[in-house]
Order: sequence, then C-alpha cells, then structure tokens
Amino acid sequence: MSAAPGVAQAPVAGAASRRGAAAWITLGAPLAAVTLALGVGAVFILAIGEHPLEIYALMLRESLGTGYGIGQTLFKATPLMFTGLAVALGFRAGLFNIGVEGQLYLGGFAAALAGIAMSGAPAFLLLPAALAAAALAGGVWGAIPGVLKARFGAHEVINTIMLNFIAVAMVSYAGHSLFEHATVRTAEIAPAAALPRLDILWPALRGSPANFSLLVAGILAVAVGVLLFRTRLGYELRAVGLNAPAAEYGGVSIGRTQVVAMTLSGAVAGLGGVNFVLGYKHWFELGFSGGSGYLGIAVALLGRNHPVGVLIAALFFGALSYGGLVINQRVPRELVEVLQALVILLTIGAQQVFERIARKHG
Amino acid sequence: MAQPAASLRGITRRFGSLVANRNVSLEIACGEIHALVGENGAGKTTLMRVLYGLLQPDAGTIEVDGRPVRIPDPAAAMKLGLGMVHQHFLLVDTLTVAENVTLGREPHGALSGYRREQAEREVAKLAERYRLPVEPASPVSRLSVGAQQRVEILKALYHGARVLILDEPTAVLTPQEVDELFAVLRALQAQGVTIVLITHKLAEVKAIADRVTVMRAGEVVGGGAISELSIERIAELMVGRPIPPLAPRATRDAAIPLLEVRDLAVRDSRGLPAVRGVTFHVGAGEIVGIAGVEGNGQHQLIECLAGLHAPDRGTIRIASRAVSGRSAREHFEAGLAHIPSDRLHRGLVPPMTLAENLVLGLHRLPELGPGPMLIPSRLARRATRLLGEYDVRPPDPAARAGALSGGNQQKLIAARELTRGAQVLLAAHPTRGVDLGAVAFIHGRLLAERDAGRAVLLVSSELSEILALSDRVFVMYEGRLVHETLPSRTDERVLGLYMTGRADAGAHA
Repeated sequence: MSAAPGVAQAPVAGAASRRGAAAWITLGAPLAAVTLALGVGAVFILAIGEHPLEIYALMLRESLGTGYGIGQTLFKATPLMFTGLAVALGFRAGLFNIGVEGQLYLGGFAAALAGIAMSGAPAFLLLPAALAAAALAGGVWGAIPGVLKARFGAHEVINTIMLNFIAVAMVSYAGHSLFEHATVRTAEIAPAAALPRLDILWPALRGSPANFSLLVAGILAVAVGVLLFRTRLGYELRAVGLNAPAAEYGGVSIGRTQVVAMTLSGAVAGLGGVNFVLGYKHWFELGFSGGSGYLGIAVALLGRNHPVGVLIAALFFGALSYGGLVINQRVPRELVEVLQALVILLTIGAQQVFERIARKHG
Repeated sequence: MAQPAASLRGITRRFGSLVANRNVSLEIACGEIHALVGENGAGKTTLMRVLYGLLQPDAGTIEVDGRPVRIPDPAAAMKLGLGMVHQHFLLVDTLTVAENVTLGREPHGALSGYRREQAEREVAKLAERYRLPVEPASPVSRLSVGAQQRVEILKALYHGARVLILDEPTAVLTPQEVDELFAVLRALQAQGVTIVLITHKLAEVKAIADRVTVMRAGEVVGGGAISELSIERIAELMVGRPIPPLAPRATRDAAIPLLEVRDLAVRDSRGLPAVRGVTFHVGAGEIVGIAGVEGNGQHQLIECLAGLHAPDRGTIRIASRAVSGRSAREHFEAGLAHIPSDRLHRGLVPPMTLAENLVLGLHRLPELGPGPMLIPSRLARRATRLLGEYDVRPPDPAARAGALSGGNQQKLIAARELTRGAQVLLAAHPTRGVDLGAVAFIHGRLLAERDAGRAVLLVSSELSEILALSDRVFVMYEGRLVHETLPSRTDERVLGLYMTGRADAGAHA
C-alpha cells in the first residue's frame, strides 16, 4: 500500500499558467543547460591558460561567420538531425533507441552497396533506390529490438547496444571481399547516386561538404512532426509513450506500436548514413559514423524530442563540433568533447531543476 | 476556551495564478475531533500540508500550543507534536509493523544494530496504551487495509504526535472498518490526542466530529459545533448551493440482456485465481451493482470485461456478440464503454490535452480526419462541445488532463465514454476521490444512461452509491458472487457482512 501520494487532492494551477510553465521549462531548461555548460567550459579553458571569451569568439566566427564555416557546421549537423529525430521518435513511444549508431552505420553501408550495384540505372531510379536501401537497412535493424521487446519483453536498451556491435562486425566481415584493395572503404558509387553539394543552391558554401542530405533531414523533420502530431498512428505512438496502460485501454496494441516506432526510428537513423556516403565521400568507409548515433541521444534530449528542437540542437552540436576542430591549435580537442558532455549532463539536470521549481511555485 | 492545540491565522498559499488558500484561519482546540470538510480542490489538504511543513505559506502565521512557530519541514512538525496520516499509506510492505512504526527512530545501541525485540516491545506497549490492536512482528504486506491504517496512526504516535491529521481516512475502508477506526479515534481522544479529520463524507463528520470547518474555493465558508449544523447545511456550504436529491427510480421490467457473462474465471497478474467462475447478466435499462472490498476480484473482472485481460475460461457476450477479453478495441467495437477504476493509470493520458484525451479509443473515427490523418482543429471542436456539455472545468481543449481536479478528470472520462454510443457501460468506482458536485453529476448521468435503455455494470466500494443507483446488487467475495439481492431488501450492514465473508449463507436472504 506504499503508493505515491495521491494527486487527486493536490491543488491545481490554472490551465493557462500551466501551459506558461510548460513553455518555460521547454525553452528555459535547454538554454540554461547550454549557458551553464559554456560557463563551466570557460573554467577549463582558463585552467589551460587561454582566454575563454577569445576561444568562444573564435569558435563562433569560424563555425558561423563565413560561408565555408556555415557549410561545415551544416555538414556536421546533418547526421545529427537524422539520429536526433530517430532517437526522439523512439522516446515519444517510450522507447530508448541506443541503436541509432548501428542503424546509421548499416544505412550508410546499404546506400553504398545500392549505389555501386545499380550503377547502370538512371539517376531518377538510382538515387531513390539508394535512399530506400539506407532506410530499409536501418529500419530492419530497428525492427529487430522492437519485435524482441513486443514479443518477449526484452529491454530495447540492451538489445540495441548489442546490435550496434553486431552491425559493425557484420560490415567489417563483409568488407573483406567488398573493400578496395588495402583500404577500409568500398568502391565509389555511381555518379548518378550522389547527392549534390548544397553550394549549387547557395554558392557561399563553396568548398564545404554540406549537401542535399540536409534537405532530406529537413523534409524528414516535417514528416516526423506531422506523423507525431497530426496522424492517428502518431497519436497512438505518443499515447503508448506517455501512458501505455491508457493506450491499451483505448484499444491500441502496445506491442504493434512499439515495433512500428522502432522500425521508423531505425529507418530515419539509416537515412542519416547518406550524408557521408551519397553526399560527401561517395563511398562507404569503416567507422564513418564516428559516434553520430550516440550524439543523437544528446540532440534529442536537448531538443526535447520535438522535431524543431532537434534541428536546432543538431545545429548547435554541429557548430560545437566544427568549432572544436578550429580551436584545435590553441586548446585540446578533448575540451570540445568535455563541453558536449557538460551540455548533456546539464540538460538532464536543468530539466529536473526547472520542473521542481515549476512544481513548487506554479 | 482553553489554549488551542494549533491555530493557523490568515494563511494564504498560491500556486502560480491559483490561490489554494486565501486568508484562511483555523483554530484546533486541545483534545477535540475537528473535521475539515470541502470539495476536492477546496484547499483543505493544502492547508494541512502547510501545517505539517510540506508547503510554506505565502502569508499568515502558525501557532502551536500558543507559541508562534515556523514549520520548514515535516521533521519540524513532528518535533512540535504534529503527525499526519496520508490518504495513500507510506509503509514499507516488506518490513514488519514494529519496523515500520520505528522507522527513522529505530532503537539501537551505541555500536550494535537495530534492536528488534526492544522495538517490538515498545510498539506493543504503545498499541496497548492507545488501544490499537496490531501484531508488532507481522509483515505489513499481510495486513488488511484497516490494520495498515492503524500502523500509520501508531507511527505518528511513536514519533510523538499529540495532534493527528488524517487525510480522507475512510476512503479505503469497509463499513465495519470505519466503525473500528472511529472506536480508535475516540480512544485516542480519551487519551488527550487532538484529531483533525479531512473528509467529504458528511455522515461520518456527523458521527465522530466535535467541530467542523467547511472550506470552499480556498476559503473558510463556515463551521462550528457539530451539534448546531445539519448534514444538509454543511453540504450546502461545501457546494455553495442546495444539492438536488437523486431523481426517483423509474420502475420497469427486466429486459433483453446486453451483457452476458458465463462461468468466467480470470487470473491476476501473478497468475493466481482472482475471478473464480462468475455468471450474471445485465439487461437493457438496468444498473447492476457489484459491491465488495477491494481486492476480491472486481478489478480483474472489469479488466476482463473491458478486453484488457484474457480470461482463463468462460464466455462474454456484449450485445449478443461473443468477445474474447483479449482486445479493448474488439470490445469497444462490440458496443462497450468503460469508465475505469483508475483514471490516471488507465483512463487518461495525463500529459496529453483534454482534446486528445477525449478521443482515446475513438481516435480511429473517420470524422476526425481523412485517412491516416487526425486533424487537431476537429479534435478541438469536438472537445469544446463535450467539455461544455459535461461541465468540465476549465473548458479549455488545450489544457493538460493531468492538471484537472479529480472530479473534472472523471467528468472528462464520462464525457468520452458516455458519448460513444455504446450499449453496455462498465463503471468502476466512477466517483472515487471526486467532489460532491461531480458525484451528483456522474450519478445523474449513469441513471440517464439506464433510462436510455443501456446496460450499466457498476462496481464500487461505496455501498451508499451501490444502494442508491442499482436495480440489482451482487456482493463479490474472494472471486465469487456470493450474494444477490435488491437494494430495497438490504442495507449497508448486511452487505458489509457478506463483503467480509462473515455472513452465514442464507441468514439474510
């Protein structure tokens, strides 16, 4: 009988002020986290004898002050948009998809295979086929833990982590016969499968690897937003995530919804692989994902699982990532990783603090 | 009057724009039983939380034993001799009675650990002194609800409480257990303990309290010695207007069975038999009530009938259609509506908006959007209409369901379930934790459903509710329907005996 104290008797604030408070938490917590993280980062920079404001100004100028810098930031942000959206989609259904790293990796690999194997096909077929291959590979890799969860109750966190290892090992094994001699990469994809650089739309970005994957990410963000907030499926997905017993009561199959959510999440993550493979190098290379999947978890958290928030958070982490390369001369690269970690920790912390303040003071 | 045990003066407490307590003053005399009554959200729990140090007032002062005090937290309240028994018990199931009572102030030596025997001796002594029958060595998980409550009271006394605040203590008890509790409270009073009783059950106020204070919308609106106030007068003060009596029952013949249950057996989540073969039917234009102490299989019965829990054996037919018990959607489509017992767990998605909650289970309706789409403006339009019709406050489709009071949450669920166009309605504890105004509203709606020719199955542990609404009554005990009767031929005491398995078969037939 040691249940939590009831809410039935708890005094309830007016709806308007509740929504005000909710908006305050939504915007305030991430901003506070970022500000605090930069503040703590400043202490580290001081500790190695550099001037924090100078370093931050340099990062800002280089990552957002020039066309090339913006292009680099966009390029770094693009895979994070995919992985952030993928993680957010899972979170909305109450699932923690840590497998985006593996799903992204396989998506990239599948896109490359399609781009190489169908090299004779015309562009209007080849490009969609390569994109579809990426989505399919990621989707299947997401569906597996989804099915395991729905049928056997196996926890998706464990299974998605395990599947990340399996994905990497599978690709490495396949690489023995597929990769170019004495390299860790595949042959180049057919030119028709390549996604064009963004500088054909926006010449200022010239020289940067930013490419049309960014537009794909933007379209996906809109699609995820519509799915979540304007479709029956999205309604079911959110209901399962927010209160599964009530969703079940409403005639929603929890298991089916979990499988669908994981499959879609995996497909979005898989599509993220095209940024590097179809948009940048035009081949698959071992280890290309470089942790974008895991960083996607931070992006989703900072973006509060909302597509718009995810896009903004991805841009922030993209700028941080490229800015980190630029300041490499003066501060160690690890510092940027410390900054990223701080943002993640503080985002979680700030959310708790803000919610507690909101509860206490309305 | 002697010096009051505690007095609150001019207490104001805000939550954002809402004022939960506005300039509230309350004096609790030494050794009295003081009832604090009011609808949900009237601010009585807030006031007591301020006194117990769980909330800080924005304005006002508190005096205990005539001395002005600040109470920053419950520890400080305990030091001042205040104790609180919450509506939901805060006991550790796996520990014994003695361990729970002494938790936080366990007797132990300078270097040695917990002294079990000393703890049990002290608790036994305390129980004896206050005439609270408990067994110090038995695990709390084995105790009945009434006994667990006694452990909570003992815990407060062990920590030195001289003023005991009880929040809705009878909500979870059978009539017999209520009698036992009242005996305990009188014994405590005789020993000089002051008691504050938060409640909205006015018959109980009349039975036990010396004085009463009535709150409405955050303010004290009246009160005085219980001998000078009638139940009707207190109810009027609480609600702010006279309460109309229930509409008289229209008599009619038993009609076509819409819900048919045959030899149904259901296991609980641990795989133990919970429903052990029940057979009954509910006809069109009939309310059938199932009374029982909670935990006797009612929950599993309702969940099975709602399609949320597969049966072991037996059949269910809804409007002549056989259903499996495996899919809520199948049962909905056969013509079922369901007001679940736990609105926050089953009935609502608290973080979602009212508009979204109003389509839970109806979100596949074609009129809500083309194909796979769900158009927010159509949800909002539908919500605006239903919120007005069912008097849900605030009538704001974009408000979060979790932000509503219990009564409004229940009306929200009623608005959704009663407009489904279903033939059969399952209503499980439809008025639990709901204020008087909402109770009257929901009761009226249930009767209207019956009069419209629907079959209503009502499960409730409130016997007054069962007796007032039902056309036929069953008592469920240990998974079986052990007694069937008519409301006109029975009363709460007889039902209470069947509910606790103490009635001889046939003795009261």
